[in-house]
Amino acid sequence: MKLTRETLVVIITFALLAIVPVIASLTEVPFYLDLGRRMMILAIGALSLNLIMGYGGMISFGHAVFVGIGAYVVGICAEHEVVSGFIQWPLALLACSIFAVVFGAISLRTRGVYFIMITLALAQMMYFLGVSLDRYGGDDGLPLAETSDFSGLIDLSEKNNLYYLIFVLLLLCLWICKRLINSRFGMVLQGARSNEARMQAIGFPVFRYQLTAFVIAGVMAGLAGILLANHTEFVNPDMMHWTRSGDLIIMVLLGGMGSLAGPIVGALVFILLEEALSGVTEYWQLIFGPFLILVVLFARGGLLGFLETRQSSDKPSDKPAEGSDD
Amino acid sequence: MTEALLKVENLRKSFGGVLATDNLSLTVESGQIHAVIGPNGAGKTTMIAQLAGALESDSGRILFDGEDISGLAPPARSRRGIARTFQITSIFHEFTALENVALAVQAHDGHSFRFWRAARDEARLIEPARTALETVGLADRADITARNLSHGEHRQLEIAMALATKPKLLLLDEPMAGMGAEESQTMVSILNGLKGSHTILLIEHDMDAVFALADQITVLVYGNAIASGSPDEIRANSEVRTAYLGEEGTAN
Repeated sequence: MKLTRETLVVIITFALLAIVPVIASLTEVPFYLDLGRRMMILAIGALSLNLIMGYGGMISFGHAVFVGIGAYVVGICAEHEVVSGFIQWPLALLACSIFAVVFGAISLRTRGVYFIMITLALAQMMYFLGVSLDRYGGDDGLPLAETSDFSGLIDLSEKNNLYYLIFVLLLLCLWICKRLINSRFGMVLQGARSNEARMQAIGFPVFRYQLTAFVIAGVMAGLAGILLANHTEFVNPDMMHWTRSGDLIIMVLLGGMGSLAGPIVGALVFILLEEALSGVTEYWQLIFGPFLILVVLFARGGLLGFLETRQSSDKPSDKPAEGSDD
Repeated sequence: MTEALLKVENLRKSFGGVLATDNLSLTVESGQIHAVIGPNGAGKTTMIAQLAGALESDSGRILFDGEDISGLAPPARSRRGIARTFQITSIFHEFTALENVALAVQAHDGHSFRFWRAARDEARLIEPARTALETVGLADRADITARNLSHGEHRQLEIAMALATKPKLLLLDEPMAGMGAEESQTMVSILNGLKGSHTILLIEHDMDAVFALADQITVLVYGNAIASGSPDEIRANSEVRTAYLGEEGTAN
């Protein structure tokens, strides 16, 4: 494998993430651990969104709903004193896949801006459902009595353990994404993003592939939700709010839509900037907004795309050759 | 004796009040190149879209290989063996030429719920794709990103993608559109090479190409087939001359 800048970025990123707990204990600032976990959880969420948005051209504005569903299943299980992770986690992932099948089947009947609006609407529906669930805390949310229990296998209430579990799962998700997008399935997904009419004409019934991708992404986001619930030991409807979905979109755009590791970088930079800027001013979005605009304008492939285009010369132009359509 | 591979019966499609195809009937014999000519707006591209399934017909029947395919969606028709090219180039711009064609091969190699193995390493996709690129003369351009190919090469790539699906019938919508004389010549020789081994329904404005290639010609005016016959018969047909050839001169 040739060492592209993207690979280099991935190696450096994970190396840094790996030593965060060491730094946290040396400097005696446990907050770093907290920050690192949040970064990686959101990186999993952004990674999953990129699968459908970056590679599949399906811009979901409701992706955080699956994070929320994953988290809520863990929370609701814990509320009913089902604390075994061996039950909670598969149940949460199953719930996410069922919701993803239904939501995907509805949303994928539309394209473009309608797809965006329907995913947004479905997610908001679930948000208000969460708000109205008085039994499970409603608006105030639901504290977890304890984290998922893996009966001695791994103790998630030990914060370093949770950190490294998230670390490994993020790596796993990245690896899965890499295999997926290069597989036959991934080629179909990218083909449908590029030119759906052509896909139909050469014989692909694209809907079933897009729906499958939607479900895979939903389940992966659900995993992020499971981890988030264990991280904050708390679930609330805000996790599903459309602004959370917007955050995920921003992370993907920031890091580089359609580049494998872009969303991870995007999530890391997003959280870092949020932390740094909100320390400076309450209105940190005033600074973050223009920064995002600059990235989108001047680095169309996001931060990672910026690196790649500066490196490679085999893609001399973005402009389509003459006579091409659209 | 030749046999009918495609039989179109009374096909009709209107957009608002405008009839794009009107009671259109035609028969394409197996192994032939059947050209459809006609002035702009005669309904040629609409017909292709109806045959490929991209447009639903208002009425009429399409019999392919003896079976009624009128109700089938484009992917299903592709699986039956109908391949089309587009008047306006329709390819995957972000993919290399080889990947474009390999995806077409993949479409006809079982389902694509294969999540793990890298498609780019699969010889059973890559080898046929290379063969198709060779057929259209793009073998040495295989690894170029499609958006960086020339217009003429895009048109060739379209043909390669269609060929890669191993079609029984090729629907070619103006494969020479926008080409210079030299590129047109290349395309004519590519299509000539397919003659005999492939059945082709060809829409084309380049009359030199049409008369050089076609076994049968159908003339379309206002969505209706006003004449059908061998190139010589069409040349001699007075109705065609007034409606099309005579009036406007040859299109190029």
